[in-house]
Amino acid sequence: MLRLELIDISKQYPAVRANDRIRLRVEPGQIHAVLGENGAGKSTLMKIIYGAVRPDEGEMVWDGKQVEIRNPQEARALGIAMVFQHFSLFDTLTAAENVWLGLDKSWSLADVTKRIVEVAGVYGLDVDPLRPVHTLSVGERQRVEIVRALLTKPRLLILDEPTSVLTPQAVQALFVTLRKLADEGCSILYISHKLDEIRALCHKCTVMRGGKVTGEVDPRNETNASLSRLMIGAEPPQLHHETARPGEKVLAVRALSLPRLGAFGADLDAVSLDVCKGEIVGVAGVSGNGQQELMAALSGEDPRALPDSICLFGKPIGAHSPRRRRHEGLHFVPEERLGRGAVPSISLSQNTLLTRTESVTPFGWISIGRTAALARQLIADYNVKAGGPDATAKSLSGGNLQKFIVGREIDAHPKLLIVSQPTWGVDVGAAAQIRGALLALRDAGCAVLVVSEDLDELFEISDRLVVIARGRVSPSIPAAQATREQIGQWMSGLWSDDVAEVMHAAA
Amino acid sequence: MLRLEARPASSKAMSLLSPLIALAITVIAGAALFALLGKDPSRGLAMFFVEPFRGAYAVSELCVKATPLMLIGLGLAVCYRANVWNIGAEGQFVLGAIAASWVAMHAAPDSSRWIVAPILVAGVLGGMAWAAIVAFLRDRANASEILVSLMLVYVANQLLNYLVYGDWKDPNGYGFPQTITFLDPTKIPRLFTGLRVNIGFVMALLSVATFWLFLFRVYGGFQMQVGGLAAAAARYAGFSSRRALWVALLISGGMAGLAGAFEVAGPIGQLTPYVPAGYGFAAIIVAYVGRLNPVGILFSSLLMSLFYIGGELAQSRLGLPKSLTGVFQGVLLFSLLASDTLINYRVRWHAAHPAHPVPASKPAPPVANSTAA
Repeated sequence: MLRLELIDISKQYPAVRANDRIRLRVEPGQIHAVLGENGAGKSTLMKIIYGAVRPDEGEMVWDGKQVEIRNPQEARALGIAMVFQHFSLFDTLTAAENVWLGLDKSWSLADVTKRIVEVAGVYGLDVDPLRPVHTLSVGERQRVEIVRALLTKPRLLILDEPTSVLTPQAVQALFVTLRKLADEGCSILYISHKLDEIRALCHKCTVMRGGKVTGEVDPRNETNASLSRLMIGAEPPQLHHETARPGEKVLAVRALSLPRLGAFGADLDAVSLDVCKGEIVGVAGVSGNGQQELMAALSGEDPRALPDSICLFGKPIGAHSPRRRRHEGLHFVPEERLGRGAVPSISLSQNTLLTRTESVTPFGWISIGRTAALARQLIADYNVKAGGPDATAKSLSGGNLQKFIVGREIDAHPKLLIVSQPTWGVDVGAAAQIRGALLALRDAGCAVLVVSEDLDELFEISDRLVVIARGRVSPSIPAAQATREQIGQWMSGLWSDDVAEVMHAAA
Repeated sequence: MLRLEARPASSKAMSLLSPLIALAITVIAGAALFALLGKDPSRGLAMFFVEPFRGAYAVSELCVKATPLMLIGLGLAVCYRANVWNIGAEGQFVLGAIAASWVAMHAAPDSSRWIVAPILVAGVLGGMAWAAIVAFLRDRANASEILVSLMLVYVANQLLNYLVYGDWKDPNGYGFPQTITFLDPTKIPRLFTGLRVNIGFVMALLSVATFWLFLFRVYGGFQMQVGGLAAAAARYAGFSSRRALWVALLISGGMAGLAGAFEVAGPIGQLTPYVPAGYGFAAIIVAYVGRLNPVGILFSSLLMSLFYIGGELAQSRLGLPKSLTGVFQGVLLFSLLASDTLINYRVRWHAAHPAHPVPASKPAPPVANSTAA
């Protein structure tokens, strides 16, 4: 008997048909992948199963009985647990309180706190139950969600892109956990677009594209190329990575120490880092280890750095504002696209004005024609799918807005480009395009610093890698000599400065 | 069963239609109100919507009342767009009036007509000074500008009373709490003989154009609005939030002070305890009904002026209480807030469904809720 069967599930949103007659069959103890690009309808389908969204049509069969799941409480009563891709946590409550909210009320908060520590220990998920959620990084929030789901002892566990914030070791540990859960009879729906992971972990794979099912395969018998064809209708574009020829030193960070701003977060502890002309330096690490703090200090959004702890071409810029740093050639693409990299409610034309001032005359007048021309040019050059320069930033999909923002900064001809999470939540095609653009920028002689939690991405584009852990930055290692195991170990803060220096010297 | 359904994109047409729908609701509510009060609704509505347009004098009065509303509303629009909540324009208006009066009282019968210029400048500076207190306390002590600006309204009123009951009282005024009637050279020049409308109205119209340019064509105006729309984006771009705070408060305070100067040196002609007539508060409604857009404020200030004059006419001709003006203002604002729902939602008829749909769990926004205006 199947654990879950979906028959012809459809869901229409005002602008898009998110799910079109979806069929899905999950057996007990099966790890079932749902593969598809962003916007393929995976998340909507999972929310339907979880009762968070109601389908317009279709049937759902659970353990052989037809069911109608009206809300997440009913889903949980059936034994369905879900870890959301976008987090459904209340910012002002602590991790434990958030978990408690979703549970049977017979538990006390103290019990829940204790159980969180236990479960977190068993599955190697580092969670402090007493921290308020608003102080947690993206990765830490996801860990809270995973622990919350595991606490309910689910019979069907839905995981939406769970590995994007884990170290390779933690991914392996999670896989062990998931396999153990599956062996105990729990079915797992594993949403992802990472082909390697699906092939390594899953027994079955349902592929979606444009709201429809395009294939149902055994991923163990497939190749990345064949899965990719099902997912995007084409093979992923290949990147051409030539060896870097680094030039003079552009960015030099020396003994940068900053205490955390809030009660939580990470203190930057004597961070030292160099980036040279014509190379891409990747910063690996599990989120919440000081990446946000380091980015804010380098961009100038956090103005507390000592002047000479950050130098650009040998000149101290630690006291300069973000605008002054941009004039000096330092451009930055932040992790959050909406609300930081772009103002959601204003047009793309106007959004060029955040970091570009070519359209502003010396007397402070804005040339509307020039902002529109710039936006139109960025849309064309970076292949942004948008309604034109007057489209609001929030009307674009994540990937298209990211292409626009990255394009806006690259087009400014920076001498140093700092990019945080360049392809977070971006579909495969756009991600490849963004990475290609970063490599082209490097080949044109720009210094590039990329912070990412996606190790594959860092290995793909970086020339040198450093690791950030607990606010400290490791020595650098040429990407060609680094192994995932070693970087993973460093992500836990375990590096020996001597060894790394030796390897660096040998490179 | 009627249901609200989110629109895929906010409707441009509705954002223009919404004030008109609100106006229609206000008219209907007004008619019902007149009927309840035992008056002929058509006569009552005529007081509000026909009589104020009858003849040059009536239209001139409409403009006289619209002038302070427009000036203050424009300043507040800039402030609110920058996410700075100055609700104490009334106090800044009073301080502008006091400062302008101080200059006006120093005039001699043979003073030049150009004394009007320092009077207006004094008004602007007075309003700015009062708003600067708010900016300073917010900047240095992180005090809520909403509370501070509101409280300062009452301080301003007490200061006004202190002056007109004290040192500034007209010695020949039979003990009335008011200053001397300002001398002729200080009078704001009128546009037409016999009509009270003066250059203040022209100044207000010019301000509409100036503020439109500032908001939509000047980089400084753009920077302030980014701070209001998305604080993290402003920080990322390197736009100073402190500068935005100061500029917003100084502009709105200066405009309120200017309006105060035009009032005391214009229609009123002296400083009395009755100078604060509520324009500073009504201008908040003006700013919002006008969509925080200068051109919209041009129309909404005229509309609000209509309500003032209609209320007075209803009092004198129909024997109704003057507070009707406040009722109309309130109904208009509430109707507008309700109608604005239609910008992002549409009303759909649905057959009654046995189970209520559960809203999709909302993703927590990655940025602080700074975009909510």
